[in-house]
Amino acid sequence: MMDLGELYKEVIVDHSQHPRNFGRLEKPTHKAEGFNPICGDKITLYLHVDDNDVISEIVFEGRGCAISMASASLLTEALKGKTIEEANTLFHGFHALVTNAPTQATQNKLEKLRVFAGVKAFPSRVKCATLAWHTLQTALTRGDQRATTE
Amino acid sequence: MSRLPSSVSTTNSLDGIMAKVRHDFPALQQSVHGKPLVYLDNAASTQKPQSVIDTISHYYAFDYANVHRGIHYLSERATRAYEDAREKVRNFIGASTSREVIFVRGTTEAINLVAQSYGRMHLTEGDEIVITEMEHHSNIVPWQLLCEQIKATLKVIPVNDTGELILEAYERLLGPRTRLVALTHVSNALGTINPVKQIIAMAHAHDARVLLDGAQAAAHIPIDVQDLNCDFYAFSGHKLYGPTGIGALYGKAELLEAMPPYQGGGEMIREVTFEKTTYADIPQKFEAGTPHIVGAIGLGTAVDYLSSIGLMNIGQHEQELLSYATETIGDLPGLRIIGTSPHKTGILSFDLRGIHPHDISTVLDHEGVAVRAGHHCAMPLMGRFGVSATTRASLSVYNNRSDIDTLKGALDKARAFFSL
Ligand SMILES: Cc1ncc(COP(=O)(O)O)c(C=O)c1O
Repeated sequence: MMDLGELYKEVIVDHSQHPRNFGRLEKPTHKAEGFNPICGDKITLYLHVDDNDVISEIVFEGRGCAISMASASLLTEALKGKTIEEANTLFHGFHALVTNAPTQATQNKLEKLRVFAGVKAFPSRVKCATLAWHTLQTALTRGDQRATTE
Repeated sequence: MSRLPSSVSTTNSLDGIMAKVRHDFPALQQSVHGKPLVYLDNAASTQKPQSVIDTISHYYAFDYANVHRGIHYLSERATRAYEDAREKVRNFIGASTSREVIFVRGTTEAINLVAQSYGRMHLTEGDEIVITEMEHHSNIVPWQLLCEQIKATLKVIPVNDTGELILEAYERLLGPRTRLVALTHVSNALGTINPVKQIIAMAHAHDARVLLDGAQAAAHIPIDVQDLNCDFYAFSGHKLYGPTGIGALYGKAELLEAMPPYQGGGEMIREVTFEKTTYADIPQKFEAGTPHIVGAIGLGTAVDYLSSIGLMNIGQHEQELLSYATETIGDLPGLRIIGTSPHKTGILSFDLRGIHPHDISTVLDHEGVAVRAGHHCAMPLMGRFGVSATTRASLSVYNNRSDIDTLKGALDKARAFFSL
């Protein structure tokens, strides 16, 4: 049996109870709403991407379970100051982390996001962890739209 | 209720019966994550007693054939078993004739059938359909589809803070264009038992027909469709210890007879030519194609099983357990029970401040406790109570006090885990 502590790492519990970068941007360059129809979790991501494709500002608001909130919170921390290309790399890396075995190189790139490795053992929670990331993809590729985990 | 055995009256002997009941369910004898399974997700679906499992395997092993078709021994036997099951369901819900019992896939299909067959025939532009704020999506969406098709309007009876329908508001919604009232007998998210007899009488006074969604009622309270005087009654087999993929729609014969078929195909015809097809009588008119034969037969066994314990006994047992559970977890700090009507079945839906239902559910699962976390297919109702989801423990005939104690212990663990 997987230990619950492997899923709910201290960092995750902390971020879920004290989400960082929680709020909204008045004039985002990119914005998307993510929704998980199974559980009703909802988040909205707001980004400001500058002329050099660098994410200069990123915040989120919404409500959901500890995993989805912590994931959104840690995502905003990880992406601030990154380029869109780097964000895409992290998206794929994160997906690999929670669904199969990522390479060591990928793991290294993920840095703090590796706390989500335990999610893999809880298949019903994978969508919670990836909600913010799917929302990010939507915001970056399709502008202002809705993402769903379905 | 003459069809219910009333031999058991004292709590002690009831406890005795219920202790035995648990052994009838093989699935309950297992462990999950190294802990004995405590199954409290009965409103989603119930486990199956050995008798239902045996019926299904015996039928496939020895009696299998198509029904209403073959002039041979096995087919005749299968047809008899299938029709016997219909008769058992008729008796279970108190219908006057088994012609009024249509086998369907479940509650969802039953409601869609009424919406598309009765609704499209009898409702026109500007007519009104009344539903309630506590409906399961399956008693909302089929009416929305119908409203779009015929340009009818949907009206919604609101719910008060305890989770009961506001009947004065209902009275005001009824009017000359009200054609149909569709509501749940028991709420899946709150447990509220609605005063359906009164609601039906009020609708009839306005010449409106009433469909009851009995998905959450049929396994917990005795049903008598004639006494209720409902026009349609829908329920699912899998929530009353029967197989999935089978349920029943009751409809008053004169309504069913006047309704057009829902689907076309084999079984439901009298004569087919390329110019004109005439339809079979009810109930076959509504059972196009090879039905879920074994499902129906298994449902018949599930109904037998319920009757052998007695709906009155089941109701009493679940009420006692509900009181115990409400006391046991009700005063956990930060816990708010959603659905506090005194008229409830064994459904405990709650919000625990600071922990999302998904996280509660994951912690509980690790203690072997299966509950449901989410919006319970009742998103409008969640909005009414200002939550996006709740945790729901739902009781059934095989649950006992020790299950509730385990639930309480697991909730304590969840609170400790999130340092609340
Ligand atoms: C009140 C209510 N109505 C309808 C349904 C739908 O039942 P089914 O999925 O068996 O068609 C359910 C079950 O989820 C329910 O609880």
